[in-house]
Amino acid sequence: MKFTLGWLKAHLETEAPLDRITDTLTMIGLELESVEDRAAKLAPFTVGYVVEAKQHPDADRLRVCIVDTGTGKVQVVCGAPNARTGMKGVFAPAGTVIPGTGAELKPGIIRGQASNGMLCSAREMGLGEDHAGIIELPDDAPVGEPFARVLGLDDPVIDVSVTPNRADCLGVRGIARDLAAAGLGRLKPRVVAPVPGTFKSPIGVRFNLPTGAADACPLFVGRYIRGVKNGPSPKWLQDRLTAIGLRPISALVDITNFFTVDVNRPLHVFDADTVAQEIIVRLAKPGERLAALNGKEYTLAGEETVIADADSALGLGGVIGGEPSGCTERTVNVFVEAALFDPIRTAMTGRRHQIVSDARYRFERGIDPAAVFEGMEAATRMIQELCGGEASEPVVAGDAPQWHRTYTLRPARVHALGGVQVPTDDAIRILKDLGFEIEREPTEMLRITPPSWRGDVQGEADLVEEIVRIWGYDSIPAVSLPRETATPTVALTPAQRRSRDARRALAAAGLTEAVTFSFLSRAHAALFGGDNPALLLANPISADLDMMRPSLLPNLLLAAKRNADRGIADSALYEVGPQFGDDTPEGQRQVAAALRAGATGPRHWGARPRPSDAIDAKGDALALLSALGLAIDNIQVAAEAPGWYHPGRSGALKLGPKTVLAWFGEIHPRVLAAFDMKGPAAAFELFLDALPAPKAKDSKARPLLRLSPFQPVERDFAFVLDADVPADKVMRAAKSADKALIANVGVFDVYQGKGVPEGKKSLAISVRLQPTTRTLTDAEIEAVGHRIVAAVVKATGATLRG
Amino acid sequence: MNDDLETLRGEAAGRIANAASLEALETLRVELLGKKGRVTELMKTLGGLAPEERRARGAALNTLKDAITRELEARSRSLADAELDRRLASERIDVTLPARPWPDGRVHPISQTIDEMVAIFGDMGFVVAEGPDIEEDFYNFTALNIPPEHPARQAHDTFYLQTAGSEAPKVLRTHTSPVQVRTMLSQKPPIRIIAPGRTYRSDHDATHSPNFHQIEGLVIDRTTHMGHLKGCLIEFARTFFEVPELPVRFRASYFPFTEPSAEMDIGCSRAGGELKIGAGGDWLEILGCGMVHPKVLANCGIDPAEYQGFAFGMGIERAAMLKYGIPDLRTFYEADLRWLRHYGFLAIDLPTLSGGLAR
Repeated sequence: MKFTLGWLKAHLETEAPLDRITDTLTMIGLELESVEDRAAKLAPFTVGYVVEAKQHPDADRLRVCIVDTGTGKVQVVCGAPNARTGMKGVFAPAGTVIPGTGAELKPGIIRGQASNGMLCSAREMGLGEDHAGIIELPDDAPVGEPFARVLGLDDPVIDVSVTPNRADCLGVRGIARDLAAAGLGRLKPRVVAPVPGTFKSPIGVRFNLPTGAADACPLFVGRYIRGVKNGPSPKWLQDRLTAIGLRPISALVDITNFFTVDVNRPLHVFDADTVAQEIIVRLAKPGERLAALNGKEYTLAGEETVIADADSALGLGGVIGGEPSGCTERTVNVFVEAALFDPIRTAMTGRRHQIVSDARYRFERGIDPAAVFEGMEAATRMIQELCGGEASEPVVAGDAPQWHRTYTLRPARVHALGGVQVPTDDAIRILKDLGFEIEREPTEMLRITPPSWRGDVQGEADLVEEIVRIWGYDSIPAVSLPRETATPTVALTPAQRRSRDARRALAAAGLTEAVTFSFLSRAHAALFGGDNPALLLANPISADLDMMRPSLLPNLLLAAKRNADRGIADSALYEVGPQFGDDTPEGQRQVAAALRAGATGPRHWGARPRPSDAIDAKGDALALLSALGLAIDNIQVAAEAPGWYHPGRSGALKLGPKTVLAWFGEIHPRVLAAFDMKGPAAAFELFLDALPAPKAKDSKARPLLRLSPFQPVERDFAFVLDADVPADKVMRAAKSADKALIANVGVFDVYQGKGVPEGKKSLAISVRLQPTTRTLTDAEIEAVGHRIVAAVVKATGATLRG
Repeated sequence: MNDDLETLRGEAAGRIANAASLEALETLRVELLGKKGRVTELMKTLGGLAPEERRARGAALNTLKDAITRELEARSRSLADAELDRRLASERIDVTLPARPWPDGRVHPISQTIDEMVAIFGDMGFVVAEGPDIEEDFYNFTALNIPPEHPARQAHDTFYLQTAGSEAPKVLRTHTSPVQVRTMLSQKPPIRIIAPGRTYRSDHDATHSPNFHQIEGLVIDRTTHMGHLKGCLIEFARTFFEVPELPVRFRASYFPFTEPSAEMDIGCSRAGGELKIGAGGDWLEILGCGMVHPKVLANCGIDPAEYQGFAFGMGIERAAMLKYGIPDLRTFYEADLRWLRHYGFLAIDLPTLSGGLAR
């Protein structure tokens, strides 16, 4: 919302300096966006009187001018065709910087004639594109004064952002009222005396709204003014509109724009001679067309409120007028509209046709329902002042909706909610300044009626806000939140703690955390099982971000690819975040996923890199499960994983037959190709929600540690067995030989090739025996060894290697 | 001592000192002290001597044996030392060779910032609450006093899902505020929660990302008022930015779900084009807040006549950008390893109030 300081002062009597006004606006909720003080920039440029302008002796197009600057006479060589004796122009003395060009003006000799300054064009002053001639100032402009003041450019332009609740502050008067309440001056009284009509309007108004849409336009006031003379509006009006970025059009149109900004009262003017018979307020007919004032033609859907005549739609009520019925320089009879339009329907119409207009912006936020007649009278008055003419009696359809509401305010609530003591008299004064009506009850309760322009105030909390906002949030004493418990509470649930711990654990393992978007392209989603249409976005920002991700891996693959393209071929990235199976809360799973692309490390003299593989991913996943407190011994590994993994190099980490804790493996080459990646790449996806909840324990004490004092014994066995027998089967069989005695079974060698028959492999395990009651004898060790071999042979068909 | 023993001792000492290797020394030991060694042989002759003489000679022989043993041991040690020195000299490596790579991962600044915020608010008794990213219109808008036709909805740039049938389409939550609603519907006051999480708006340019993060805060009890709101958020800002005297101000504002509403600014300076948090002539908005609107309380089954409290919402990336001097929002989601290495944090940088939030 833009306005000038001068415009504000038309409503607010104040001596406050500009910066105090702007600071106050910000603090009371009308946040300052910008303030532009053009006068300061243009201060060096003054009114100059051209005492004499004669032809340059050596140049056809130049004139030599003697300029009275108010402090002396200066010779200036000027190329403008309109430079002439007796005119007043904008004088730039040597040494100034010309705003339009940024160049410093230097004294010089032009074709033999001294030039000690310049007479400036509008473009040179940064005031427009006009460079055909120099600016001509009025004859009464005082010589030597800054020209900006003469042209009315010394009025600073203030721009504030108005929150959606403050429709009233879309008028300068509303802003002035807030500032007056905040102690910055006095709101000037505004009395609009009605203009008596002298004849009956030849154009009538009637509603033709279907039941159910009666509120589309509750009130329409019209007035016929005959014999007007439309033309350019006066300078003061043009200056105000120009200053806030509106283009002056003609007096009649400028007047409507003026009241829109001045008192938030949008108006419309029809050229009455284009209106067939009468004004009908109705809903649009589907397919009906309207050529609007913005030069575009709209085909209407049927839900829009239109202002029509007997023949056709003339405008979209509250949004935009029509071109054919608009006022022009030739308009002699004008029909003025002041109406109320339903905010919701106005907003829907504006959105449907993507029309942004000052009227729509205001009607969809709610216009003062009690100011329609006043708006009409003020407009009539100004039209008659600027364009003459004779006004009819107003024609009215509908009624102003009921807006009176009364709320009870308990003065103690100001402190109880707002946290600051405001004396009741001050609270009452603030509300009165804002236009509220107050009745003090004997019980100290206040009965309060908000003004008609404050539809946003809907209860006691709003009243407290009004009082505290104007009293000043700065004066609310800050109070620490009292502790509710004597001992600190734990902020994270066990599940949240796991997400946090997963991030730290993976970073500690050398992976780097990425945060990627929750959406991706449906083509990438499809590669990872994402085919649920409920997860497609209706309005994606682009086609490659049109579906919620079914897995974290596609975006990590894209990230690895981008890094590879930047020259970092080996990356180890992880992400902890949501993936989506459907559009319900239960369909969202919290996942920790990691991707190792390329080699295990850089080429290094002492640590030979190798391609990252499924077992790296498995190790990452197990390390994470271990860090999250799971007993790794209970986890089963199965050679099963979804289709985006290499079918022979992937697996699942499971807890029991049903619960999949994680997938791991190398990414399927076809998937890598779809991401334009060369590979290798290994990944895991660990489902944090699938982990069993940690047991709530009464005590953090660990179980008592019992350490065996007896020497452990390590024994190695090598087996030859079918190549497709899983190592896990061998290890389990070995362990089963004596569960109490065998503390650990490890695989220290796997070999296929020379010396091992085709289709077989050699698998070497080491078994650690840990006695707890006494040291083992050689015979006992040998006996256990036999049992281990027997168990492995029985379970796997292996033979002991000689 | 007898002269012959004296001579033997002198001879042994000389040869021990000259032994060039541990092997030579061992040969010498056997020659002197072995089963058939010269000292051993002399010991054997004691049996033929008279008791008096035997005692004296025996003592002298023992002294000789002890002396030789000591000298052998000393020489052995020095030979071993010399040999070790020789071996070590031959084992010299080039210590300027690069070390083997060590695990060097990073935590993303968004996660770090959330952890910092949880540490600060956790200390004030807040617990972390969560909600789904795909929300129902009711939780994201209607319950928060944003009816379908409300102009505030347009400002939200909502993403909608292609919901089948006549159901109201689901939305990607435009803010973390629906977690307020879910919390109030599921638990009784007093409530003190924060809800960090992903949020979505269909806006993509230098200062907007379609997917970003917010943290929500909610306090509901019988007595919390705007003074508490100010106290809580001022303490937060000063702790988070680690500027104890950080200037702050609260401006009146508007949100459909709070009344009164405010925005909080922190002091900064922009001298020389460089943004610096702390004292200075300028202000920087960091969050929106207010007292929970009575209608929102009622929508969530909490009696506004009995309970009240405040809520706030803050952009996490923005806070991280300000604190850590990260210039561009879009870079947060690019997973550029050079960026992550530069702006990321180590696993051990877990923020605590006792150990400091950030290094």
